[in-house]
Amino acid sequence: MGVNAGVTTSGSRTPAPVKRARVVTITSGKGGVGKTTTTANIGVALAKLNQRVTLIDADIGLRNLDIIMGLENRIVYDLVDVVEGRCKLRQAMIKHKQLPELYLIPSAQTRDKTAVSPADMIQLTNQLRKEMDFIIIDCPAGIERGFRNAIAPADDVLIVTNPEVSAVRDADRIIGLLEAENKGPAKLILNRVKGDMVRKGEMLSAEDVTDILAIKIIGIVPEDDTVVSSSNAGTPLALSENSRAGVAFQNIARRLMGETVPFMPLDDSPNFFKRIARLFASGQ
Amino acid sequence: MPESTVAIKGTKEGLLIALDPSEEWQVITTELASRLDGQSAFFAGARVTIDVSTRPVRKDELSSIKALLERRGMSLWSVASESSTTIDSANALDLRATYNAPQNNSLSDDSTPMFSAEEDGTLGVMIRRTLRSGRTVHSQGHVVVFGDVNPGSEIIAGGDVIVWGRLRGNVHAGANGDTSAIVCALDMTPTQLRIAGFITVSPPDKRRKPKPEIALIRDDQIVVETWQ
Ligand SMILES: Nc1ncnc2c1ncn2[C@@H]1O[C@H](COP(=O)(O)OP(=O)(O)OP(=O)(O)O)[C@@H](O)[C@H]1O
Ligand SMILES: [Mg+2]
Repeated sequence: MGVNAGVTTSGSRTPAPVKRARVVTITSGKGGVGKTTTTANIGVALAKLNQRVTLIDADIGLRNLDIIMGLENRIVYDLVDVVEGRCKLRQAMIKHKQLPELYLIPSAQTRDKTAVSPADMIQLTNQLRKEMDFIIIDCPAGIERGFRNAIAPADDVLIVTNPEVSAVRDADRIIGLLEAENKGPAKLILNRVKGDMVRKGEMLSAEDVTDILAIKIIGIVPEDDTVVSSSNAGTPLALSENSRAGVAFQNIARRLMGETVPFMPLDDSPNFFKRIARLFASGQ
Repeated sequence: MPESTVAIKGTKEGLLIALDPSEEWQVITTELASRLDGQSAFFAGARVTIDVSTRPVRKDELSSIKALLERRGMSLWSVASESSTTIDSANALDLRATYNAPQNNSLSDDSTPMFSAEEDGTLGVMIRRTLRSGRTVHSQGHVVVFGDVNPGSEIIAGGDVIVWGRLRGNVHAGANGDTSAIVCALDMTPTQLRIAGFITVSPPDKRRKPKPEIALIRDDQIVVETWQ
């Protein structure tokens, strides 16, 4: 921006293109690792930190972010309606019940998966950037069109994986694809970690995973039964303070905003905590 | 009528489009576009392999070909070339790349300069990045990787494979039967290692210390020794 920015004489204002919001895409490659759960919870956590947030469900044909957000019954228009010009963007944005600065653009339930293109996604997010702080896109599983759509407008990509060899393998594939598209460096969220199993050497540790993927880790989310019950109830965990997974998601939100937040212990083993702390320090 | 600079044929893997390496790139792409447009309904949905022969194709040139095909409902998935520049471009775009060693027709009366006999077959590809899961590199010559070879990736080379990093994927050196081929890596824990017709897997020793090692065939089996 030039030195004259802000010095404006009334009437001759040429507003500089404001690129406010950060577009963050949540992806994984493998299905069922927790992308939608992560999108919902990070969205809620950011909105609680007074950020203006829009969530976009890019999983066309398999809509479910609206269910986890508890907003299913308010859907009138969806992403495909916006792209095909059947409604205005605003009309498809569903406002959250408790958090007034949190919106959801639901995906279409039944329509053709090719109805939306990467260029559509870029255009749509550009329209929103001025009014939002964060736009978070829930990517479908796989590496097909839906994946291309979801990453096209991304400023940041968060890759969700589980501590399982097959999920890590797919995450690696995704990182390779992102590198080819110059969308990087992605950051990693390791979801469904069981501290006791890691300690016994029965589950991959965060170190094992980052050793292969060689990317920074931005969140470690424990396995937590309340994830399932809260998803069913349509009230993402991060709305309340008192669950371990909820706190982990809130921490990711704060890290996204640039705060340095230490990783929380996954169990009562002090060694484990130290290992994680070290990992975070080295990731900086 | 001049002979066409673009040859399109169907194979069991999809469409194979061969582009004349001697014609100007601009001319070729224009020709390709008009050929495809002439039969667009016929080609739509096809998976395409591009063979550019000896032409070095830059990444931006390759990605414009990719876009040209995608606009016509086709997808570029594989590139075959005798130029390592082209192979680098294909790798950067995450396309499947097949390296064909340059044809050495030293018996023919062709006047173009040829590689000396000493260097014959020693050419190869160099990859300056980590090979991540899902990636395959084929080369008739050698393959050198500056980076890791992650689990789920694969290298198939007619010659040697040298990994300046951790080798954890699948590797096949001497794939055409050359039992003198070698594989070396700074940390050798491949999922599966083949040299010519021999196969071995890494022992499941988790707490080993990484050290540079070389694999070669001795007395009809693959042996792995310290690389010095
Ligand atoms: N930390 C966790 N602890 C316990 N269960 C979890 C956790 N994270 C996700 N789950 C559960 O895993 C399942 C899959 O989660 P989710 O739908 O978020 O995955 P996804 O990656 O979006 O799947 P898809 O690829 O099908 O879109 C859900 O039942 C969810 O409740
Ligand atoms: Mg999902």
